[in-house]
Amino acid sequence: MRFAYPPQVPRRNLSRRLETNARARTSYCARLTPYFVPRTPYFFKMLKVFLCVLQRDLTLALRRRTDVLTTLFFFVIVVSLFPLGVGSERELLRMLGPGVVWVAALLASMLALERLFAADYDDGTLEQLLLAGQPLSLLVLAKIVAHWLLTGLPLVVIAPIMAMQYSLEPIAVWVMMLALALGTPVLSLLGAIGAALTLGLRGGGILLSLLILPLYIPVLVYGAGAVSVSVIEIADTQPYFALLGAFLLGGLVLAPPAAAAALRISME
Amino acid sequence: MPTDSNAKPMLEVADLSCRRGDRTLFTALSFTLPAQTLLHVRGRNGSGKTTLLRALCGLLRPDAGSIRWRGEPITELADDFNREVLYFGHLNGIKADLTGQENLRVAATLDQDPVADTEITAALAHIGLAGFEDLPTRMLSQGQKKRVALARLILSKAPLWILDEPFTALDTDAVALLEALIADHVAAGGAVILTTHQEVQLTRGEIQRLTLEGAPTQ
Repeated sequence: MRFAYPPQVPRRNLSRRLETNARARTSYCARLTPYFVPRTPYFFKMLKVFLCVLQRDLTLALRRRTDVLTTLFFFVIVVSLFPLGVGSERELLRMLGPGVVWVAALLASMLALERLFAADYDDGTLEQLLLAGQPLSLLVLAKIVAHWLLTGLPLVVIAPIMAMQYSLEPIAVWVMMLALALGTPVLSLLGAIGAALTLGLRGGGILLSLLILPLYIPVLVYGAGAVSVSVIEIADTQPYFALLGAFLLGGLVLAPPAAAAALRISME
Repeated sequence: MPTDSNAKPMLEVADLSCRRGDRTLFTALSFTLPAQTLLHVRGRNGSGKTTLLRALCGLLRPDAGSIRWRGEPITELADDFNREVLYFGHLNGIKADLTGQENLRVAATLDQDPVADTEITAALAHIGLAGFEDLPTRMLSQGQKKRVALARLILSKAPLWILDEPFTALDTDAVALLEALIADHVAAGGAVILTTHQEVQLTRGEIQRLTLEGAPTQ
C-alpha cells in the first residue's frame, strides 16, 4: 500500500527522479549475484539494502581508522608478548602457538564488539535502522559482516606473520589461517548477540565479556585443536574444520534474528 | 486514492497506557487521526510525550491498549507500518563521519525510495545547506546537523510523520521552513504528530490538540 499525493497538489519543487539511475543500480546488484541465488525483485531489493548498510559501515570505519587499527595492534602485541615471557625454546613455543594466537584473536574480537551497535545507538541511527521497515535481521547481518571484514579478516591475514614467532610449520600456518577464517566470523556473530543485549547498560563492556567469552569456548577448542592436530597428521584436521564450518552455518542462521530481537528489547 | 484515504482514519489509538518504571505516564488514552490532520501533543516536561511518540511508531511496547494503522494493529503490520512512518527523535539519526549527501542516501535506500543524487542535492539546498553536501556532518553546527536530518522530510514519501521537538536548535528561518514543510505535508493528505512548545499554523487541514497531564506522583 503506497501513499500517493493527490494530483491537484503539486509536489514540492524537486527534480524528477531518474528512473534510469534506479535501473542501473539494480543491474549492478544483479551482476554481483552468483548464478545459484534467486533473482527475484524482492531478493534484489534486500540485497541492495544489505549492501547499503555494509557500505555505510565500511565507509565509517575508513574515515575513523583508529578503531580498526586498535584491534589489530592489540592482537599483534598480545601474540608477541608470549615468546618474550616464556623464552625462546622452540618446542615449547610450537606447542603454545595455536592456543595463544586463538586466545588473542578471541580477545581482540571481544575488544571491538562493544562498538558494534554502541556508536549507532548514541547518535540515533540505530533507531532509524529499527524503523526503516526492512527486516532487522538483515540489517544486523550486514553490520556483523562489516564488523568481521574490519576486525576478523585482518587477523586472518596477519596470522602467518605472527606464526613465525612460534616457528610453526608451513602446513600448520595454512591450517591456522583456514581455521581463523572459519572461526572469527562465528566470534562476530555470537558477539553481536551479546553486544545487542548489553547495549546502553552501564559497565556493559565487562558484562559483555562475561556473557560472550564462555560461548567462544567451542570455537577456541576446535580452532586451536585443528592447528595442533595438523602437526601430527594433516588428515585428522577434517572433523575440526567440519565442526567449525557447522558453527559458522549455525551462527549465520541463528545469530542475526537473536541479535535483532535483543536490539528491540534494548531499545525500549 | 486521495478520497478514500480521507474517509478512513489513518491512525486509531484506543485505551493506550504506558508506564516508565513505577510511574504511570498516561492511561486510557484514545484518539483517531484522519488524513490531513496534525496532532499537537502538549504537556509538561516528563509528562510522557516522547514515550507516547515512541509507542506510536512501534519502538516501545505500550502496557495496554491498541494502536491501529488503517484498521490493522501495528504489531501485526510491523515492517509494513514502519515503511509508512517517518520518525524524527531527539537524536538526529545522522552519522557524524558521513556527509549530508551520504546520510540522506543511506536513509533513502533504507526507506526503499531510490532517489537520485540531484534530488538529494536539491533537498539539501532547499533546507539551506547548499555547498555543505560534501562536508562530514561532524563539521556542521548543531542547527545545521538538525537541518540535514530535516532534509529527510523532503525526500521521504511516508504519509505519517512523527516529530519529537523538531523545532529545537533551529533558527527562525529554519523554523519557518519546517512549518511550511509540515503545512505542505498535511495539505497533501499526510498526517503529522508532533510535540512542541510553540504554536503551529496550517494552510489546510485541521489541528487536533492532545494535552498529557502527567499522572499525579504517588
